[in-house]
Amino acid sequence: MPEPFVKTTSRVISIPRANIDTDQICPARFLKITDKENLADALFFDWRFTPDGKRREPVSFIDEPHNAGRQILLVGDNFGAGSSREHAPWALRAWGIRAIVSTGFADIFKGNALKNALLPIVVSAERYAALLVVVAANPDGEWSVDLDAQKVTLPGGDSFAFEIDPFSRTMILAGTDEIGYVLSRLPAIEAWEAAHPARIDTRQGAAR
Amino acid sequence: MPEKPRTLVEKIWDSHFVASDPGAPVILAIDLHLVHEVTSPQAFTGLRARGLKVRKPGQTVATADHSIPTLDPSIPIADELARKQLAQIEENCREFGIPFHGKGSPTRGIVHVIGPELGLTQPGMTIVCGDSHTATHGAFGALAFGIGTSEIEMVLATQTLLQRKPKTFQVRIDGRLQPGVGAKDIILALIAQIGIGGGTGHVIEYTGDAIRALSMEERMTVCNMSIEGGARAGLIAPDETTFAYLKGRRFAPQGAEWDEAVARWRKLPSDEGATYDRTIVLDGDKLEPMVTYGTNPGMGVSVTGRIPVLADVEPGARDDLERALAYMGLAPGSPIAGQKLDVVFIGSCTNGRIEDMRAAASVLRGRHVASGLRVLVVPGSQQVKKQAESEGLHEVFKAAGAEWRESGCSMCIAMNGDQLEPGEYGISTSNRNFQGRQGKGGRTFLASPLTAAASAVTGVVTDPRTLAAAQPSAVEVH
Ligand code: SF4
Repeated sequence: MPEPFVKTTSRVISIPRANIDTDQICPARFLKITDKENLADALFFDWRFTPDGKRREPVSFIDEPHNAGRQILLVGDNFGAGSSREHAPWALRAWGIRAIVSTGFADIFKGNALKNALLPIVVSAERYAALLVVVAANPDGEWSVDLDAQKVTLPGGDSFAFEIDPFSRTMILAGTDEIGYVLSRLPAIEAWEAAHPARIDTRQGAAR
Repeated sequence: MPEKPRTLVEKIWDSHFVASDPGAPVILAIDLHLVHEVTSPQAFTGLRARGLKVRKPGQTVATADHSIPTLDPSIPIADELARKQLAQIEENCREFGIPFHGKGSPTRGIVHVIGPELGLTQPGMTIVCGDSHTATHGAFGALAFGIGTSEIEMVLATQTLLQRKPKTFQVRIDGRLQPGVGAKDIILALIAQIGIGGGTGHVIEYTGDAIRALSMEERMTVCNMSIEGGARAGLIAPDETTFAYLKGRRFAPQGAEWDEAVARWRKLPSDEGATYDRTIVLDGDKLEPMVTYGTNPGMGVSVTGRIPVLADVEPGARDDLERALAYMGLAPGSPIAGQKLDVVFIGSCTNGRIEDMRAAASVLRGRHVASGLRVLVVPGSQQVKKQAESEGLHEVFKAAGAEWRESGCSMCIAMNGDQLEPGEYGISTSNRNFQGRQGKGGRTFLASPLTAAASAVTGVVTDPRTLAAAQPSAVEVH
């Protein structure tokens, strides 16, 4: 069951690339796990290590000591493209990321992120360009992301509002989980099922 | 008063609407839930933690495809993690009463190949799977999309999903495909045009004469890669081709129920006057075989074309292009045809069906693969394998010097030991050319089965039409 999440204040990691796909965020060979643990090590693995397993020189931004503990990512458009693997948001969360600011997210990734209380914050192209300037000018400045107020506050005090799916927002703020919500509507589901008999039975002819 | 004209997607949406509370997404009923070993274990763990059952085991079906080896099944699985994962899905299915088409089953295969071939995938259904290529099933006029593991747990527990209504995007392909050009080329050309985020927030409906003329398997190839254009789902309205494919399949309706079902399915196509949020039109006559040169499926050109130079792309995309070409080790401006290859992979849920096997065999029959090249042909399911063997296609592949394997995802995702080595070039009929997707440091060209097979013969990226000209009787063009 998720913990309630309201606000975070943190320095920012900027990756100004578009189309970062989930195979980059968490490569497929880390999908053989059957739990959600230890995925922090898988995050951007192939950016950090050479194919023969050596840490790259110079080290990837993810392994730079001053980036440890940062909770906010600023990334290029269409973040999370590709595979539907929820391992991508799990790995980001396990590493410590709580909010990602971009001009756009892939649909499935965005849904998966919200279910893991990882905030996808969409900004306009102009705002994104301005934010890159802010980070470049003050790479160690602290930003604060407030989900309750739907507001990001930048190092000098400037702030901007962001939109987020209101239902997901309520769920994340309260730490409630969607399955519990849908189960509370079970009578509606039962009524629908009674009116719409199943069209198939996968158990027919018993799968061998 | 006449009803408002609706699209295919709107009709399916409306007929699966269960409830919605103010401000909350719609609770949408799910007809069919496909499960595989990689994305499901954590969902079953969640169910157990809550003390819940699977609500509708009879609308759920499972298989093993991603991490399963494609070698002789009697060889024990060497990878400990894969072995554990495969044991776990079997155990989860047993515990929760879900039919499992597992190792040793004649109906095992890639989840998106077995759904249709068993007749489980039917028009008008809502279908989900913890896999982004679930859009494949849209070829039957079903609303089918990939979900994450939290959503898998939701569907297992409730047989519903929370969804916001998607926008609709009509992709119309007019005209007629030229010989040597196929479904894979349609979808690669579309993605090259709209970009890999072009369909975000939308469900695509493919229409037009070139789409209507496709077989069911070709339609699946097109719908399969909708996600590569950013769309969660892509559908094609059901028609006589759809009904003919489904008739008599194991889980398709039979007898009087069949007639009723067909009558119902005939009402699904978008109404005259229905509107889409967006429409794009491509000219099917002008399409050519396509090959990707970069590290996302949108980086594609015609096989007669050249790898772009920086000036060819928008300023904002130049970094991406530079990084992609550096990874690929390719020179900007050079022709894509003639690029050197180490490996050829024919298979996957995009192009691992019987027609794909036949297309590849039509090129390889009586020919031999280039020396030093490794060619892997992996059927999409055990049924595809059996059919191909009954037609003698495996002999064609083996005689040509290719490997013929058990079914599975194999080198599409490189989880089972089938992979490119660092720096190797592979031409692949799968759907993703992301960095490392087919093995750490591996470099992928995506293409159709005809193009991949032609390239296997020459050892370099090859226009299948040039090979056809050299020996016209050997290539069946369609
Ligand atoms: S063949 Fe590839 S894309 Fe298709 S389900 Fe398997 S891993 Fe996914």
